[in-house]
Amino acid sequence: MNQLIIKDLNVSIGEKAIVKGFNLTLNSGEVHAIMGPNGTGKSTLAKAVAGHPDYTITGGDVLLDGRSILAMQPDERARAGLFLAFQYPSEIPGVTIANFLRAAVQARLTEGEELNATAYYKRLYTKMDLLKIDRKFTSRAVNDGFSGGEKKRCEILQMAMLEPKFALMDETDSGLDIDALRIVAEGVNAMRNSALGILMITHYQRLLDYIVPDFVHVMYDGHIVRSGDKSLALELEAKGYDWLKKELAHA
Amino acid sequence: MSNLSATATLETATAENPVVGIDQSRGDFKYDVAYEFDAGTGLSEKTVRYISSVKKEAPWILDFRLKALKTFLDKPMPTHWATKDLENINFDKIRYYLSSGQKPKRTWDEVPADIKKTFERLGIPEQERKFLAGVEAQFDSEAAYSNIKEIVAKQGVIFANSTEALREHPEIFRKFFGKVIPTGDNKFSALNSAVFSGGSFIYVPKGVKVAQPLQAYFRINAENFGQFERTLIIADEGAEVVYMEGCTAPKFSTSTLHSAVVELVALKGAKIQYITVQNWANNVLNLVTKRGVAHEEAEIKWIDCNIGSRLTMKYPGVVLKGRKARGEVISIALANDGQHQDTGAKMIHAADETTSNIVAKSISVGQGRSTYRGVVHIPRHLKGCRNNTECDALLINTNSRTDTYPAITVRGDANSVQHEASVSKVSEEMIFYMQSRGLTEAQAMSLAVNGFINDLASQFPMEYSVELKRLIDLEMEGSVG
Repeated sequence: MNQLIIKDLNVSIGEKAIVKGFNLTLNSGEVHAIMGPNGTGKSTLAKAVAGHPDYTITGGDVLLDGRSILAMQPDERARAGLFLAFQYPSEIPGVTIANFLRAAVQARLTEGEELNATAYYKRLYTKMDLLKIDRKFTSRAVNDGFSGGEKKRCEILQMAMLEPKFALMDETDSGLDIDALRIVAEGVNAMRNSALGILMITHYQRLLDYIVPDFVHVMYDGHIVRSGDKSLALELEAKGYDWLKKELAHA
Repeated sequence: MSNLSATATLETATAENPVVGIDQSRGDFKYDVAYEFDAGTGLSEKTVRYISSVKKEAPWILDFRLKALKTFLDKPMPTHWATKDLENINFDKIRYYLSSGQKPKRTWDEVPADIKKTFERLGIPEQERKFLAGVEAQFDSEAAYSNIKEIVAKQGVIFANSTEALREHPEIFRKFFGKVIPTGDNKFSALNSAVFSGGSFIYVPKGVKVAQPLQAYFRINAENFGQFERTLIIADEGAEVVYMEGCTAPKFSTSTLHSAVVELVALKGAKIQYITVQNWANNVLNLVTKRGVAHEEAEIKWIDCNIGSRLTMKYPGVVLKGRKARGEVISIALANDGQHQDTGAKMIHAADETTSNIVAKSISVGQGRSTYRGVVHIPRHLKGCRNNTECDALLINTNSRTDTYPAITVRGDANSVQHEASVSKVSEEMIFYMQSRGLTEAQAMSLAVNGFINDLASQFPMEYSVELKRLIDLEMEGSVG
């Protein structure tokens, strides 16, 4: 079993503190949802853990299986088993999904080890079948001219191929209509297993109807203010974030 | 000139810096070489006579050279639009002709480790590595070359180096030589006309379609590596030929000025494709004139890839002389730190219903600078002419620079022209995205660059596009911390 521990994490962008004393322990096989109003630091948390250069860690630590990853480059973190599914994935013109994934898979091999192309394509097609993705999809350039739904499916396909220990899914539901949301959720559910831990960041409860989390955390002003199970999400949905803000103000 | 005797001169090739202010030790390395024929430094009538006599040329060629020398001396540098860097050329310090008959006295063990590594990473065959590193004077390609020469000779194709062709086929050579690019076209075409040596001559007879690209077998021999090569390719009516020059291995040239002239003639219905992939050492000034004439329904396509050099100025052109002629330039330029790629295309429409297409992509890395310079000319009296021009520039970091100077003259209302230009950047977000998938920063950049040129690179022959990709990987590796 693997474990990702985020310990008293503080993150700034420039001079501005965004994430303030964030704590969370994520085990393999668990799905955690982080909810919260806009601007509360959810996406910042995900990008900082993945190693985005614009985000400065001002305190705390992130441990993957007991080892701090903060000194590692984003690509080293990825090869160590982290995966960030982007809210806004970048377009890479001229690079097909098949070639991009192939390079990413190759990057995980030891030096001098050559990728077995036949085995790679076999695995790619198996994953695509699992996610109900058309074969033609992989000959398109990564995210180039993709619809919102296609971009998110492309993220899920990459996640399936790279088989991370932990996946951070940043607002995977944003920009998706209900049909696209269902397809993406099915894909994630198909991947759920005891070896994968998922941290799902979302603004809305509706994603959680499709991907049912084991734990729900509410994030506000840079840290977790409430934790519970799926019922917390429903309560939040019913009462709105304003309710939470008032409660916290009184406390 | 002090030494007119063929064997007396045994000076070292790189004993002095041919271009003031250029660090010869960068991207280059030195050996003491004994050359059999050496024209010494500086350019005068004596130099030209010496070259001509060593080559045992006919009097008309010597005349041609001497007239060219005068034109060269009379012509000013193209300073009003060109980079000031040209002023740094000291023509008196350049060696205009060297020919080595002996095996150099050095071993593979003496080749610097990083150079060996580069060859290895590029997948250059063992034999070629030795030649490129200057360990062997002559790459042992003669057998393969004679073989291909014999095969195409059965179809009546003449495939020879230009010195040989001038001797053996003066009747064809003379008819076309210097007609597409006259001596006085520019200062450097005049220089080439005065001191040229090496290069290829190809004549493809009527209706003959040469199945295999020429040159792959011919690509390495001492003269072809010359600095002033001269190539002339003639495809007779309905003939087809593909020619490839260069290779992606860095050239460790002993000279810092490379000034070639390439002329193509495609007669009625003929097709010529000319592919160049070059990677010059960082100290080379690469000033090349390339032009083709396409007659009725003929097609000329330049595929030109420029990497390396300190300055490259090259604008392959097509004169569309006959009705329905077609011209195309596909150009890729990569300018890394300290390099300036000033490249582009010229399309001169001179008949009705002629079409031309220019697709130019440039990549600027670090302090590298790319310039696109293009000319499209369609005069008023023509009908049904079309041109399409696309220039795309990719910037790898904020210090890079790119400029586009398209000069499009289209007169009359029966012609159409289309121009698109774009500048894009490899953003930090894109690199982070790729890194978050496990690719290193260098791998990410390399993938982004390869993606940018992907549609053009796929037009290269397989072996070249593979080499090109490897080369870009290497360039990107060097560009990140």
